[in-house]
Amino acid sequence: MGAAYETIYFKADACDGCNECMSACARAKAQSDDQLQSRIQIVPSGEGFELALCRQCGDPECVLNCPAGALAKNAGSGVIAWDGSKCVNCLLCTVGCAYGGIAYDAQAGHVIKCDMCAGDPACVKVCTTGALKHVKTARIYNEVGNLEDLFAPGLSGCQGCNTELIMRHTLRRIGPDVVVATPPGCIPGMGSVGYNGLTGTKVPVFHPLLTNTASMLAGVRRHYKRMGRDVMAVALAGDGGTADVGFQSLSGAAERGEEILYICVDNEGYMNTGMQRSGCTPYGAWTSTTPVGERAHGKTQDAKNLPLLMVMHNCAYVATASTAFMQDLYDKLERAIEAAKTGFAYLHIYSPCTTGWRFPSDQNIEVARKAVETNFVLLWEFNPRDGLQLTHPAENAKPIDEYLEVLGKYRHLDPDQVEHIERTLANNLARIRGFAAAKGTASAEAGRG
Amino acid sequence: MHHAHYLIVGASHAALSALHAIRLHDTEGDVTLLTRDDSLPYSPTVLPYVVSGRSDPGRVFLRDEAYFAEHKVNYLRGANVRNLNAGANAVELADGSRIGFDKLLLATGAAPLLPPIPGLAGLKFHVLRTLADALALREALPQVKRALVLGGGLIGMHAAENLAKGGVDVSVVELQPHVLSGYFDAEAAGIIEGVFSSKGVHLLTGKSVASVAAKGAGCRALLADGTEIEADLLLVATGVAPVTDFLAGSGVATERGVLVDEHMRTNVANIWAAGDVAQARGFFSDSRIINGILPDAVDQGRIAGMAMAEDPGIKTYAGGVPLNTYSFFGEQAVSVGVHEGALDSSGVEVKKQVDAAAKRYLKIVLKENRLAGIFGVNSAFDPGIMWELILRAIDLGDEKLAFLRSPQDTARALMSRNWR
Repeated sequence: MGAAYETIYFKADACDGCNECMSACARAKAQSDDQLQSRIQIVPSGEGFELALCRQCGDPECVLNCPAGALAKNAGSGVIAWDGSKCVNCLLCTVGCAYGGIAYDAQAGHVIKCDMCAGDPACVKVCTTGALKHVKTARIYNEVGNLEDLFAPGLSGCQGCNTELIMRHTLRRIGPDVVVATPPGCIPGMGSVGYNGLTGTKVPVFHPLLTNTASMLAGVRRHYKRMGRDVMAVALAGDGGTADVGFQSLSGAAERGEEILYICVDNEGYMNTGMQRSGCTPYGAWTSTTPVGERAHGKTQDAKNLPLLMVMHNCAYVATASTAFMQDLYDKLERAIEAAKTGFAYLHIYSPCTTGWRFPSDQNIEVARKAVETNFVLLWEFNPRDGLQLTHPAENAKPIDEYLEVLGKYRHLDPDQVEHIERTLANNLARIRGFAAAKGTASAEAGRG
Repeated sequence: MHHAHYLIVGASHAALSALHAIRLHDTEGDVTLLTRDDSLPYSPTVLPYVVSGRSDPGRVFLRDEAYFAEHKVNYLRGANVRNLNAGANAVELADGSRIGFDKLLLATGAAPLLPPIPGLAGLKFHVLRTLADALALREALPQVKRALVLGGGLIGMHAAENLAKGGVDVSVVELQPHVLSGYFDAEAAGIIEGVFSSKGVHLLTGKSVASVAAKGAGCRALLADGTEIEADLLLVATGVAPVTDFLAGSGVATERGVLVDEHMRTNVANIWAAGDVAQARGFFSDSRIINGILPDAVDQGRIAGMAMAEDPGIKTYAGGVPLNTYSFFGEQAVSVGVHEGALDSSGVEVKKQVDAAAKRYLKIVLKENRLAGIFGVNSAFDPGIMWELILRAIDLGDEKLAFLRSPQDTARALMSRNWR
């Protein structure tokens, strides 16, 4: 399996053309104030700006075009390195590059290109608008990519659904010493419990009732522990089975501090059975049981804040996560796995539903990203020692319209309803900030009595 | 008889690019690479720098032993192919041994083309195509005071520059009215010639050599106009021709080079050709051309390799676009595409900005609002982006004036929008 690499990401919409990145690069690489010596070049394009920068290509044409062996891709870092002692200044590399990523610097007297500043790019550090980002998620691929995928190929989720991604990634990381419970919902629906006597996983999986997932897992974990085996008990459940009918067993298991990792994949409703409302369906949303018509305008109640309810159980670990922020999701998954060895860990992952929320199937991750960027979804984590902390800044949130307008389930909203949603989000944020600010004495570690 | 699933004859850019493409798709299939050299693979393009001493001849290699070991490639040096028997799927080497193949790539490149000048045969002269040529030339330099270079193309001009830098009195004889006629027009070439003249190089353009003869340890040339030139060293750089002699009677169709289709396949189903030896479709013409430039060799090699490995991601060859880069005495010249003279004149626009005193030149040729050629001396633009603009036939639309005014920035913006 190959390696993935860190990269510099450019978001053209966010660039204001301040050119600070070019100054920083010229200073760092040529000790010069001349932006022509920058290896990153921002160019005006219509009303906005575009970028010329080395892509550190996977199959670099510049390297193949070099007659002197002066360019080579470093297999470890992915950076295409230029060796001045071999370069003959023929400029053929500049013919090979269709991105303007390697160009002649008249003052230096040779070609110049981005070298990623040994993993700490100077340009990114001075970008204040978020147009440039140093993306390090390659780590996930490199670390997790070599772990075994514990689901069978060919799960039959709806097109564009991120649940399969959540399932495969989490179980890869958790590893094979596990028993998985998938209560009724999309996750067994797409084939994880299998068909015709064969499971969709390579590990033991079972299909509890909607009501008893957490209590069955508690028994499974205790059984194996008594046998002297360290087997993880993991739930992959939907929000309906978690927040509503499954809540009493969940609450009980959390209160007892059962050693379970409970992952709730929240698509804000009972999507598998025809898109009915759940306790997690937000205010104003269309579902098949909160219809939109002459009198009805979607759900009339707010969603319950399930992860916050779990905080109030003083679980060993509680976090919210989004597949638009995989680095963050992975960090939390690792802490949740660790916490589940001694107590109850609860991970709440948002899962935009292409079918039930009505948006194009190629937009799942973008919808998930917008949910976070507008504060519709807040990313945070909790443990009894450190309390609650936001893990994604909630300042400078985008207007909520940017999220609502991409989803068919909110198409009918009137201004009063949008205002209601804004109030709810403001209250949610205030509460979470209140918890984050409340730095009392560390709570007692949750433990089983 | 050794048998290879993939047999590649040649070990320069086209061959290595094909090998790379094969291994991206087929990590196991047996590959044998043959080179007539006794060294690791190198590029002919680096040789002038070996002559000048800028490149250490021990550090010019494009691949090392570890690469071949890692990619399970059987790399055979000193393997000179004497003939090909396409019917029997085998080549015969000069030592009489035979190698069979399932699929064959001809990437034998080109060899110096010697002009029919009376007296040349039997005279001691240099050419510059192999590492051995470069080392021989480098070794001869310390004794040389006066040098005569036949041919004002890229190889001749590179060599002339390096000789001049070494304190040699150099004359270059070029048949065409100006140097580098394959890439630059008279005006751009004039700037280049001016730089050479200021460095003491004698450029004799529009001249032909009537005869050459030995004179002492050196030679004496008589030009058609009666001029006589004496030199200690004679370098013949009047062009190259594809190496196809071993294909006589093989059944592989050749004209000037090996004729190939848009996937670099010859008329024989399991034989491909790429690089300087191949004669493939031109981008600007329907006829098949030899576009003997390094980036095109890389391109053709990749396509041939993908075709041989049956990689479903293969793309059709877009056609050869003439292009090159040329550094001389610290100045830069770049040529991408064709001049207006090569185009049917309807819809052609040409914009030229020349500042001869500042040694600056820029010419842009548009055809029906699309880039056809861009040529610069000390003018900043990205040749790779320009090449792509030509291949994609991107309509400049409202950006035309901006492009003519500021080709680098405008092309970079077009790139970002069109193929980000």
